[in-house]
Amino acid sequence: MKAENSTRIQFDSLSSNEAYARGVTAAFLARYDPTVPQLADLKTAVSEAVTNCIVHAYPERIGPVCMTIAVYPDREVHITITDKGIGIPNVEQAMQPLFTTGNPEERSGLGFAVMQSFMDRVKVTSKPGKGTKVLLVKRLSRREPT
Amino acid sequence: MATVTFSAAGETLYAYLAGEIDHDAAQSLRMQLDDALVSRSPRTLIIDLGGVGFMDSSGVGLILGRQRCARVLGTTLRLQHAPAQLQKVLRLAGIPCMENIEKENAQ
Repeated sequence: MKAENSTRIQFDSLSSNEAYARGVTAAFLARYDPTVPQLADLKTAVSEAVTNCIVHAYPERIGPVCMTIAVYPDREVHITITDKGIGIPNVEQAMQPLFTTGNPEERSGLGFAVMQSFMDRVKVTSKPGKGTKVLLVKRLSRREPT
Repeated sequence: MATVTFSAAGETLYAYLAGEIDHDAAQSLRMQLDDALVSRSPRTLIIDLGGVGFMDSSGVGLILGRQRCARVLGTTLRLQHAPAQLQKVLRLAGIPCMENIEKENAQ
């Protein structure tokens, strides 16, 4: 199936770009008129995935983060967030709620749990030493014409 | 970007958070909240989330971290006025908001 519309951006893994990624998500999806809670869910999931790149994928350096947003027929939104960082040796373990390799005093370990709970589907593929790709899928509900 | 404004009433310290709480903003909020906790050691710290437009799990980490810090100092920490999006994230982490506690008590 071909996307109706898509965009692609790349930015550095700086924490100030977390807000940028959320802003791009909101701006690109504005014309599809998502409900406030649906847009909040998408922005939250994007924020989690981008934060993971900044905190975990590139712990020692600044690297590139690529984000694509595609809207398919039937208002299905696909967002991919890809890095070329250190990768995740055990994806299944990393996706367990409360699991974190970050500072347990300050990191909740809920990033993937938030993504899974707020999205219809989340797919994570990772190769240690090569990087990680996170796919977030959510269908926007149809707005009744007013 | 997020900000915190403090206001004290007796032995209660109110911290009014505003803006967007993500990993970027959490670092500065953490320092300001810990400074206030340690220097004022209030009996109760109420974190007011009414002005927060966005929060992800970094905000959860911020709150859980302050909860630990407060416990060590003998301070009770409470949250209030969390908007709907924040309540969803907080619920996932099992963190109660004051409104929820009051609602449950009233039932």
